[in-house]
Amino acid sequence: MTATQAAASAVKDHRALRFLTAGSVDDGKSTLIGRLLFDSRAILADQLDTLEKRAAGAPIDLSLLTDGLEAEREQGITIDVAYRYFATKQRKFIIADAPGHEQYTRNMVTAAAGSDAAVVLVDITKIDVNAKPVVLLPQTRRHALLAHLLRVPSIVFAVNKLDAVADPETAFNTTREALLAFAAHAGIEVAGIIPVSALRGDNVTQPLDAAWYDGPSLLQVLESLPTLQERKDGDLLLPVQYVAREGEGTGNQPRTLWGRIAHGQVKAGDSVQLFPSGQQAVVAEVRLAGSVVDAASAGQSAGVVLDRQLDVSRGDWIGTPGTIEETQRFSATLAWLDTEAAVVGRKYWVRHGNRWVQARISSIESRLDIHTLETIDAHELAVNEIGHVIIETQQPLPVEAYDQNRVGGSLIIVDPTSNRTSGALLVKGAA
Amino acid sequence: MNAPLTVEQLLPELDHTHLDWLEEEAIFILRETVAAFERPALLFSGGKDSCVVLRLAEKAFKTRGADGEFKGRLPFPLLHVDTGHNFPEVIEFRDRRVAEMGERLVVGHLEDSIKRGTVRLAHPLESRNGHQTVALLEAIEEHRFDVLLGGARRDEEKARAKERIFSHRDSFGQWQPKEQRPELWTLFNTRIKPGEHMRAFPISNWTELDVWLYLARENIPLPSLYFAHQRQVIRRKGLLVPLTEVTPPQAGETIETAEVRFRTVGDMTCTCPVESPAANATDIVAETLKVTVSERGATRMDDRTSDASMERRKKEGYF
Repeated sequence: MTATQAAASAVKDHRALRFLTAGSVDDGKSTLIGRLLFDSRAILADQLDTLEKRAAGAPIDLSLLTDGLEAEREQGITIDVAYRYFATKQRKFIIADAPGHEQYTRNMVTAAAGSDAAVVLVDITKIDVNAKPVVLLPQTRRHALLAHLLRVPSIVFAVNKLDAVADPETAFNTTREALLAFAAHAGIEVAGIIPVSALRGDNVTQPLDAAWYDGPSLLQVLESLPTLQERKDGDLLLPVQYVAREGEGTGNQPRTLWGRIAHGQVKAGDSVQLFPSGQQAVVAEVRLAGSVVDAASAGQSAGVVLDRQLDVSRGDWIGTPGTIEETQRFSATLAWLDTEAAVVGRKYWVRHGNRWVQARISSIESRLDIHTLETIDAHELAVNEIGHVIIETQQPLPVEAYDQNRVGGSLIIVDPTSNRTSGALLVKGAA
Repeated sequence: MNAPLTVEQLLPELDHTHLDWLEEEAIFILRETVAAFERPALLFSGGKDSCVVLRLAEKAFKTRGADGEFKGRLPFPLLHVDTGHNFPEVIEFRDRRVAEMGERLVVGHLEDSIKRGTVRLAHPLESRNGHQTVALLEAIEEHRFDVLLGGARRDEEKARAKERIFSHRDSFGQWQPKEQRPELWTLFNTRIKPGEHMRAFPISNWTELDVWLYLARENIPLPSLYFAHQRQVIRRKGLLVPLTEVTPPQAGETIETAEVRFRTVGDMTCTCPVESPAANATDIVAETLKVTVSERGATRMDDRTSDASMERRKKEGYF
């Protein structure tokens, strides 16, 4: 394989699957992750050593494998997203392990933003299977709804602690019905409902040996899920990330405009239009990682050389002529992440694509009940709260609906005083 | 003699195409760093992770001729903190690679910090690993770097498992684990105040195996001590301590010669080799697949002192 072919084959479907795990403190999430790592042999002898020392003769506690910082051990809870890695013969996996407590919704939002899938833990021992109707725990609904809100493509429920109920068949089937009813009501497409015992290792990586279940193991489901792919056909949208200044000053070296394609594809000879200048040009050459190629498509970082010298900088966009629509006012879902509450009218920095502009929240329309996604009348947003807002920007931006395109539809809000990342915006549309 | 086995022949069941995806992500982060900051530098120690980042930087910023050679110059200098206790093979390798590539190297010397009095050793043979932080921060201040590219990976250690790709350091160079900025999509928050800086980690999502697969696939040059060689060592607390002028034998210890290779390359006072006959990157991939001791546990004396040693060092501004 030549370097060019290798580069052109990049970012097909051999991406690692990124998934987040959501569960509350007692749902057995750490044990489940420990089990995935342990069974796939991603745990190494000295790490096991540490655990054995701490177990002092008792069976080792797999949940301690995901144990984090000293600061967290002191408090007995995890306070930040941790990333874990394991691989099977089929694919590489990245786990974004998000603490599940309501207080840490911001971590779940962070973990969900880049994930291909979400595994929501359901503690079967906490469900009264005799109740009519069966009631799911609030955190189960919250985790699934947040993953759905962030448009995580696949949502899987892992029904855990099968080992701790007297009649696992009835308990699982009843829980499954309740999950399906909830998902149908919320408009969530379910990628799988899998019975597991993380503690015993049943149906995590090894199939469940039970007459009442002949479905896949959790790992089999994870191996089969698609990774998030942006649309490769149709119009082009490329945020300019970096303008290579090679040969600058020599007068005749064209500049290469690098950026990861948000959607569509680009090839030599294509007519393109630049945003915000509106100028048009023809693509003279397309590059990938230093080599010239015929074409590049969504998900790839392409270098575009134009047929003429134009004033282009980081933060500009390249698109198919006539397709970029701009606005200075749009409606969005805002997940507030900062301990300092959102202030209507205050100037913040926002980042859209590679462009930083000043913006303000012109109004907070409502707040979401994160247990039901129903809207509540509200005009304030505090940390870990999510609401509907209207945003005004100082310059026009080519925003797209987050549902249609992640790159064009997502922004972060940054506090201009502290530089903290204060909020995440998912665009609904121009307002 | 037969042609050497390729990784594909050796491990036919393993899919290597995920390396393309990791490469694309790393190149994206490298370009982001250069575009978003004014004075970047790339930490280059001659260690395998920094060799991988260096190759990725060539792919991100240079053009490749028909002969496969990279042309052009990186848009940042390389930075190395020399403890004065580095393995001579590694320093020789560092200088040779820098000359071959025509890049600019900035070296921060721990000896200078000792002379200035900003570093005080408890005793002459104390491990200098922890003290590197001072020399590093002094180099950052002297050259006014606003971002350092590093080869740290999240799979190395649990404090690193929570590290951001763009990680903020305050004006004392400190990492505040409880104040980390949420990192959403690829909308990196690269805003800093004067005097602060960031660390950027393009290979955050790589594992040790990925690194070796990539080194093998790309034929990336490495210092010789990564491969099997004969070396005088002392067995101490389950580790093989290399015999050097700064790590002499203690009373009652015997010196032996073993066939070893290094899995990480750091300060001589705290880096140990493992016994291995692996003579090239492909052999090492095969060994890594079978390995049962994590990289730092087998080779780093400094991480053994406590379960939280890395976290504490990182807070102080370590790599």
